[in-house]
Amino acid sequence: MIRLEAVYWLAGGLFAIFAVLSALDRANPKRWGNTVFWGLFATSFLFGSRLGDLANGILVLAMVAIAGFGGLGIGQPATTSAQERNASARRLGNWLFAPALTIPAVTLFGALVLKSVKLGGVFLIDPKQATPISLGLGVLAAGALAAVLLRPPPLAAFQQGRRLIDTVGWAAVLPQMLAALGAVFALAGVGGAVGSLVSHALPADNRLAVVCAYTFGMALFTMIMGNGFAAFPVMTAGIGLPLIVRKLGGDPVIMASIGMLSGFCGTLMTPMAANFNIVPAALLELPDRYAVIKAQIPTALLLLLANTLLMYFLVFRF
Amino acid sequence: MLTLFGVAIVVAGFLARFNPLLVVTVAAIVTGLLGGLSLAHVIAAFGKAFNDNRFVSLAFLVLPVIGLLERGGLLERGRMLIAGIRAATTGRLLLLYFMLRQLSAALGLTSLGGQAQMVRPLIAPMAEAAAEVRVGALPDRLRFLIRAHAAGADNIGAFFGEDIFIAFGSVLLIKGFLQQSGIEVQPLQLSLWAIPTALAALAIHGTRLFLLDRWILREAVSREAAMLEGGQ
Repeated sequence: MIRLEAVYWLAGGLFAIFAVLSALDRANPKRWGNTVFWGLFATSFLFGSRLGDLANGILVLAMVAIAGFGGLGIGQPATTSAQERNASARRLGNWLFAPALTIPAVTLFGALVLKSVKLGGVFLIDPKQATPISLGLGVLAAGALAAVLLRPPPLAAFQQGRRLIDTVGWAAVLPQMLAALGAVFALAGVGGAVGSLVSHALPADNRLAVVCAYTFGMALFTMIMGNGFAAFPVMTAGIGLPLIVRKLGGDPVIMASIGMLSGFCGTLMTPMAANFNIVPAALLELPDRYAVIKAQIPTALLLLLANTLLMYFLVFRF
Repeated sequence: MLTLFGVAIVVAGFLARFNPLLVVTVAAIVTGLLGGLSLAHVIAAFGKAFNDNRFVSLAFLVLPVIGLLERGGLLERGRMLIAGIRAATTGRLLLLYFMLRQLSAALGLTSLGGQAQMVRPLIAPMAEAAAEVRVGALPDRLRFLIRAHAAGADNIGAFFGEDIFIAFGSVLLIKGFLQQSGIEVQPLQLSLWAIPTALAALAIHGTRLFLLDRWILREAVSREAAMLEGGQ
């Protein structure tokens, strides 16, 4: 059975190659910073499951020390010229899209079909981790197809991958860092503190005030925690269940469903949701790291308002 | 209450645009210490959660393939394709992607999109090209705005589609939470009540994408006017 750990080895191997190629890149004045940073990330993927919590924590601190104080540069691997790319685009035509579309196609196939395939009574892939494993398979399939189609020099794929990961830079580990911060917040009881703060400052018998407190509270707390899943239990235990459902007789299903979606409006507005908002800004080479958030804010605020109205008009009616 | 100091550090640090890795680390250590944990305990908790969440970073596996295709002219090919479709405008293209993303997410097919897989190599360059065909070379401000909107279409489409799918994580989380509180609900009910918000998202964000084309044209016209004035 293929387990998630195998995909981690794949990622670990990839980042180890990035580290080695960074070390060889004399065009990057900070090449040793990149080497150690991607090398540590590779270590985390390869050995993280065996290192122990404290060692993993120290590994993270070392990565922060490098990236946090400007130790990362941007590698300059050799690439094709604009003329070469145009010629190649004409020659290969729409076949160029085939490998790019292979990734989602195989991921989907794996997540829907391979998930339940058994060989000799054993699952082919771990059904609980079908999507990330299928993503790994999709990348391998797409890479093979791209190699046949493009016939690139041997290291080209890794050099090009390094070019892209260097443009992402420190933002690459931010999503995991924020998940880790969320865990520390939970240990220290931040959620409970926010919940009691909000529920104390509330006129409990005004329907509109309570609904607003819940939807806006969900959005705000999601912005702080970076994801609606962390905010939902706190806000729902603090406001949703005791006030909207128990005290004012609202419908729990509508309260919970629209409440969670109000949290998602917060996700669109916060740098704490780094994999949705900060990593894409880096991937798209935007100079303003908050550019994606700024493009999303008008929709998020209007939709939060819409959610609040929907909840107010629906939750006490069903 | 003291633990909320960590939240304040995060907010202030992000607003002041310090390096986010430093902000997050300092906030975690301060919060942990104020919450009564030892330094080693905080670092271990931090390391454990970092390790447990490695799957978030697996999306970077696609970068060598995407990079290789870009080296072979993927972005150029996308531009050629869009330039050949006269009806393709930035707003319409992003609206189409947004709607497909929302619909496929509602059917549980969230892996059909994604920032590294779809937006960077395909959607953003095509959206840029569609604007270039209509108004010529783009000023940086406009180019970056279009890219940001390409990323936004992917996020918003996914967020407000996936909750309609009954096996999505948040639906199961809600069901589990309500169950603990003694309220039994069916996932299907939760999914159904996600539909009004999904329609509102379609109306709101669809309108904004529709208006994006006008905004692009207006920017281009005002730039031409400025250039004419400058020439006199």
